[in-house]
Amino acid sequence: MDISAISQYTPLYVQAFFLTVKIGWIGIALSLGIGIVCAFVMYFKISVLTVIVRIYVELFRNTPLLVQLFFIYFGLPKLGLTISAEVCGALGLGLLGGSYMAEAIRSALEAVPASQRESALALGMGKGQLFGLITLPQAVSSSVPAILANVIFLLKETSVFSAISLMDLMFTAKDLIGLYYDTTECLVLLVIFYVIMLLPVSFLGRWVEHKARFAIYGD
Amino acid sequence: MGSLGFEVLFKGTNMLRLLEGLGVALKISLVSVLISIVLGIAFGMLVSMKKPAVNAVFNVYLEIVRIMPQMVLLFIVYFGTTKSLGLNLSAEAASIIVFSFWGTAEMTDLVRSAIISIPVIQYESSAALGMSRLQTQLYIIIPQTIRRLIPLSINLITRMIKTTSLVMMIGIVEVLKVGQQIIEANRKSSPNAAFGVFATVFLLYFIACWPISQLSKYLENKWVK
Amino acid sequence: MEEILRVEHLHKKYDDLGVLEDVSLSVHKGEVIAIIGPSGCGKSTFLRCLNGLEDIQDGRVILHDEIINPCDDVKKLQKSREKIGMVFQSYDLFPHKTILQNVTLAPVKVQKRDKAEVEAEAMELLTRVGLESKKYNYPRQLSGGQKQRVAIVRALIMHPEILLLDEITAALDTEMVREVLEVVLSLAREGRTMIIVTHELQFARAVADRVIFMDGGNIVEEGAPDEFFDHPRTERTRKFLDNERFTVQPS
Repeated sequence: MDISAISQYTPLYVQAFFLTVKIGWIGIALSLGIGIVCAFVMYFKISVLTVIVRIYVELFRNTPLLVQLFFIYFGLPKLGLTISAEVCGALGLGLLGGSYMAEAIRSALEAVPASQRESALALGMGKGQLFGLITLPQAVSSSVPAILANVIFLLKETSVFSAISLMDLMFTAKDLIGLYYDTTECLVLLVIFYVIMLLPVSFLGRWVEHKARFAIYGD
Repeated sequence: MGSLGFEVLFKGTNMLRLLEGLGVALKISLVSVLISIVLGIAFGMLVSMKKPAVNAVFNVYLEIVRIMPQMVLLFIVYFGTTKSLGLNLSAEAASIIVFSFWGTAEMTDLVRSAIISIPVIQYESSAALGMSRLQTQLYIIIPQTIRRLIPLSINLITRMIKTTSLVMMIGIVEVLKVGQQIIEANRKSSPNAAFGVFATVFLLYFIACWPISQLSKYLENKWVK
Repeated sequence: MEEILRVEHLHKKYDDLGVLEDVSLSVHKGEVIAIIGPSGCGKSTFLRCLNGLEDIQDGRVILHDEIINPCDDVKKLQKSREKIGMVFQSYDLFPHKTILQNVTLAPVKVQKRDKAEVEAEAMELLTRVGLESKKYNYPRQLSGGQKQRVAIVRALIMHPEILLLDEITAALDTEMVREVLEVVLSLAREGRTMIIVTHELQFARAVADRVIFMDGGNIVEEGAPDEFFDHPRTERTRKFLDNERFTVQPS
């Protein structure tokens, strides 16, 4: 292991790390927004919109992010829609993640027992109060583990950004390996930065899952 | 403008080449899934015996797979082994190793949770009927575990297929790469080929994965709920 | 009457918590014993000790002349369990098998009996509990009461010498309790040996030859049903019965 190479490359990785994290989290925020809207549409079965949302969800859950990015980045400009690699990365991640988030939130909403709804109605609550005070809060807490699992999945998916020439961690590693052949050092740095990016979220996910189980089973 | 670039697919054998490219990806995922299922079942049974040492090792393994992007693993195995072990691994072999490594962890976890989710009363009522441990496993526990597992393993297949799109990044000529080649070759005659070709690749993946997801959902509704 | 089952000075602990302390009991052929008591008194645990589902810390359980708990010989324990039928509180049918398969599995696989003969008997028993039309259904398609009747049939077809019923109506809706208890009552009439853990006092009185009241891991009092219910000898029994009379609606 060549320490001088590592110290030389580290700043490049740090730069790439912040770019990856930035686009990753913008994409995740976007995916949450899309997911919430789509989940509401499916939960309330808003006529035509439901069909459109279902098609979107099925399309993006059943295709790889890499293919989605290629289509958006290389295909769409032919229709006159040219976007930068960064926007494309965030948008692609947001669309992919949105389809997963939508399913997670929808099933959490549908999992709230009918008895909860009925007892709220029996207390004289209106439809809006029922949703805002009873259904939504329960669904939010029960969907947190699934949402965090999706966050981890999406952060990992950022590794394909390099395919559309985004200067992310993968791109930097590949570039440096191509230039200097310090394969081991470059790969070690790559692993270290992904660990920094994902380990905290993974631990958070585990902790929340544990908490959620405690809330349900008490052990 | 004018054309959307779909016409390029009908030139010569372009569509066929694209399908062959998809075939390469499907082949890699199929081999990896089979390896993952076999190893995953073996490891899953091992892990569900709750031996602390085995579980500690497995948890580290699972955590690595959980946080390392498959792409990183692919790079480590493909570029790293060549460098440090002097081994010249083919790109296909490297991807099968990586996807099996990943899939086995997923499958082990699925098998473990399927086994754990069988209620204790199932063991007890089998025992109360005078069944031996082997009979209980054979007639009661394993059939129920398999029913829970089949939908989940089918779901793993679609995830595996989607993940194999990454192999183009280590130089395997699969559907995306073929697509790029077609676009490149027809740059002059069909400047809009990128739209048509990538839209087609998008749909091809959907056609490959969607029926499998639906089957998994159907079986889950039928057997698990 | 011949003695079938004997329990001598049984002690059961979970970790350091004593659940059963020095319980002894003798069960004779054709006898129906009802065990009642407040929840947590150890009555279900006691039943589970009888066929070795729980290990015990002291004492022994003897079926005819064989010690079946403690018992290290797995084969011997399995043989004994064929002679002891058990029905649990929760519906414990095998969800991946049809009703008929649930009933025939153990006699065919464990007792190696002829499949056609077993199926004929299964149909006879299912008819008796009114479920012959459900033979190809899966457990999830049945109501709780129906599942419990199948569970009884599944135990009966093994030709057990003694039946253990553990709170088999506790998870059922009121209207289903009756259909299950009627089956148990008819078994009692034909002279089956049974130990029934229940909280249905009316039923215990109607079905049992002997009622046992357990509290705090001990047998507090036992006696013939009329004697037991009308003239309880101990203060604890009296308190329990008074409580139950207030809270439990006679069915």
